[in-house]
Amino acid sequence: MPSAIPSRDSSLELQQQVQSSLDLHSPLRIEGGNTKAFYGRPAVQTSNVLDLQKHTGVLDYDPSELAITIRAGTRLKDLEVLLASHQQMLAFEPPSFGINSTIGGVVAAGISGPRRAFSGSIRDAILGVEMINGEGKIVHFGGQVMKNVAGYDMSRLMVRSMGTLGAILSVSLRLLPKPEKEITYVLERTQKEAFIGSQKWRRDHIPMSATTWYRGKLYVRLSGTEITLNAVESHFLNVEKAEVLADDVAFWLAIKNHQHIFFQRISKPLWRLSLPANTPVIARFEGDLLVEWGGAQRWISNNAPANIIRSVAKRFGGYATLFHGQKQLPEVPPFPILAPELFALHKSLKRKLDPQNIFNPGRLYLGL
Amino acid sequence: MNTQLESHNSLLFALREILEEKHLLTDKEDLKPYECDGLSAYQCLPLAVVLPETIEEVQKIVRVCESLRIPIVARGAGTGLSGGALPDEGGIILGLSRFNNILDIDDENMTMRVQPGVRNLAISEAAAPYGLYYAPDPSSQIACSIGGNVAENAGGVHCLKYGLTVHNVLEVKIVTVEGEMITLGSNTLDTPGYDLLALITGSEGMLGIIVEVLVKLLPRPPLTKVLMAAFDNIEDAGHAVGAIISAGVIPAGLEMMDRLAIQAAEAFAHAGYPLDAEAILLCELDGNKEQLNEQVSIVADTLRGANATTVVMASSKEEQAKLWAGRKAAFPAVGRISPDYYCMDGTIPRKNIASVLKRINELSEKYDLRVANVFHAGDGNLHPLILFDANRRGELKKAERFGADILELCVKMGGTITGEHGVGREKIDQMCVQFNLDELTQFHSVKHAFDPYELLNPGKAVPALHRCAELGAMHVHNGELPHPEIPRF
Repeated sequence: MPSAIPSRDSSLELQQQVQSSLDLHSPLRIEGGNTKAFYGRPAVQTSNVLDLQKHTGVLDYDPSELAITIRAGTRLKDLEVLLASHQQMLAFEPPSFGINSTIGGVVAAGISGPRRAFSGSIRDAILGVEMINGEGKIVHFGGQVMKNVAGYDMSRLMVRSMGTLGAILSVSLRLLPKPEKEITYVLERTQKEAFIGSQKWRRDHIPMSATTWYRGKLYVRLSGTEITLNAVESHFLNVEKAEVLADDVAFWLAIKNHQHIFFQRISKPLWRLSLPANTPVIARFEGDLLVEWGGAQRWISNNAPANIIRSVAKRFGGYATLFHGQKQLPEVPPFPILAPELFALHKSLKRKLDPQNIFNPGRLYLGL
Repeated sequence: MNTQLESHNSLLFALREILEEKHLLTDKEDLKPYECDGLSAYQCLPLAVVLPETIEEVQKIVRVCESLRIPIVARGAGTGLSGGALPDEGGIILGLSRFNNILDIDDENMTMRVQPGVRNLAISEAAAPYGLYYAPDPSSQIACSIGGNVAENAGGVHCLKYGLTVHNVLEVKIVTVEGEMITLGSNTLDTPGYDLLALITGSEGMLGIIVEVLVKLLPRPPLTKVLMAAFDNIEDAGHAVGAIISAGVIPAGLEMMDRLAIQAAEAFAHAGYPLDAEAILLCELDGNKEQLNEQVSIVADTLRGANATTVVMASSKEEQAKLWAGRKAAFPAVGRISPDYYCMDGTIPRKNIASVLKRINELSEKYDLRVANVFHAGDGNLHPLILFDANRRGELKKAERFGADILELCVKMGGTITGEHGVGREKIDQMCVQFNLDELTQFHSVKHAFDPYELLNPGKAVPALHRCAELGAMHVHNGELPHPEIPRF
């Protein structure tokens, strides 16, 4: 499949670097576009950088398979252009925090965008992975097919592992057809009304693909064919008294990539709350708040102490990540503390898969 | 020998402290029903069967076994098709059939919390009053349990649109081999730390005992329609599958049957399939009225454009049920036309369906054994049924070689040896074809992180490295698989 994406295979060179790092017990900092350095715990201070940017290209793409295999250093932006030219897309709508964001980084950080609550996350979409493991070997797991139960699911294990379990060389991802049309309605709603509306539309099979609530306004994106969107048009315009958002593409891009005004002007730490969708309005966090995913993802910028924010999220059955703000709160672990038995299992897995502790040590949790 | 006997006595003594007598089975006639799962070709009596009712009991049992180094094989409903719940002769079966309660239905969050012994279909039945259902629907759904579904990452006919078990489970509680209870996943859309929920899903009882499951429910689609298309040749049918997907439609189900399967199913279920067709496709679409009408017309046009000789649409529930009846009866129907059959479970990329089917037909001629193809075409998940007669000398061996050739073909064509039945005991040797020693070593590392003494379901899912080394050597020498004496169906 011809594409504008340069094909550069650096796997042997990368493997050699991992091997010599193993020999020297020298920790590695795995780096793609370096656009998410702010996220998670700080990377290990070393000049031993495993640079994946030179490992790029499309290995296999047949649009009728709804799957693609690409090298980890391929830029997200280039991938999206390629998919769009075949009317396809990544269903999890990953954010890009810089033009050089790579697909390997997207997988390792595992952050999904606005469409996530409606068409699945990156872990739902990953089909296979090729990686350099803690023995310095290049290994493959999974493949391009969705139904595959041979062996443990190593591909999904790599998602959100922040590079601590190995260096991803390539990934296979499931794709979805790009919707023929999208339209965004804006409704005047309180936070509570927004939750009720999102829940009801979901049950009524309204083809939602994103929701955002911010300062008394609910933005609902619908995706589908012309006919299916026309079928619900009068309901939104006449019954819900909604307005059509004119610059909808720019709006969702800004939400996805955190360029929306809410994300831009914050001087306080940015917290991400992941909650059960029916969690009620949390009075404590009614200040500067942006709600996505029908209520399941809530962003707050708040100066409250970390332990308060975390305990409130926990009380509702969710958790809080310090997404942006390690500068203000350097002593706060960005990800919540895990139950001791669960963390022991994490450590045990890390020790087995990365016995020399060379892959991004401490990037996810201290001690991993 | 004496130490072994002592340890068995200590085991039974300790288990009697935990369980009532009727929930600790040790007599041969009581153990007999547990000697195999849905793959009855492999049989073995365990030392004992324990049937706990609470998580605390499971924890105590596991701690006892761990201290005495007694293997534990967890078992749900025992409907698995790969010997995953085959007992270990020196170990116990930990049956979870008494964990059969629905703990909570959360209508607003569209989730249900269940014990692992709850049957798959019982979940959808309990969700029905809320207009909800649980999407994965393996063919054994009236009998199989959710704990087993998680352990096997069970599929079904609606995976293409709604995903596998891994996409529909939010949280699992496991008891580790040390007896600790750990919660993996949560009631939210993501969970901090490694995705151990994905790792445990499909891990075939090798990493922990599943004691509670939180599943995601979906709103029932308002309408469904089923189309049937007939084809004069199997390649056209294969290409039609890719053409439907390329047209931007994701059907709820997309199934294919070849001539032999059609004829067997029609004779058995009278579904109204065209007997002169070389292949048929069944395509189920769902959604609201407008979506559905539009998709039906796109799919019908695509099928005709792909050289379908007839396209029939079933609108009423009765007509749809009739079309599905043939597909659902395909396995027993094939069972009627042959004394024995051997069911395979490979997956291949959709684009290779036509060429793989062609190759399977060539192999069928080579081995002089008939093969009926019934499969989840939308997912590329093949279930070739190799027909043979175990009473005829050498046929079983031939069928097994034929099966091994098909699985190797699947791997060669970019696919996998098992799409939904699991590796279990049955396909342990084919794992050596799909994965190299470095990859298998990594699987063992994962196993050891959870279960350092290999007490949980030993000998399943991931082959020991020396097994592959020996097998590889045998492959080179004469191409035969070991244990030709073991019958399979």
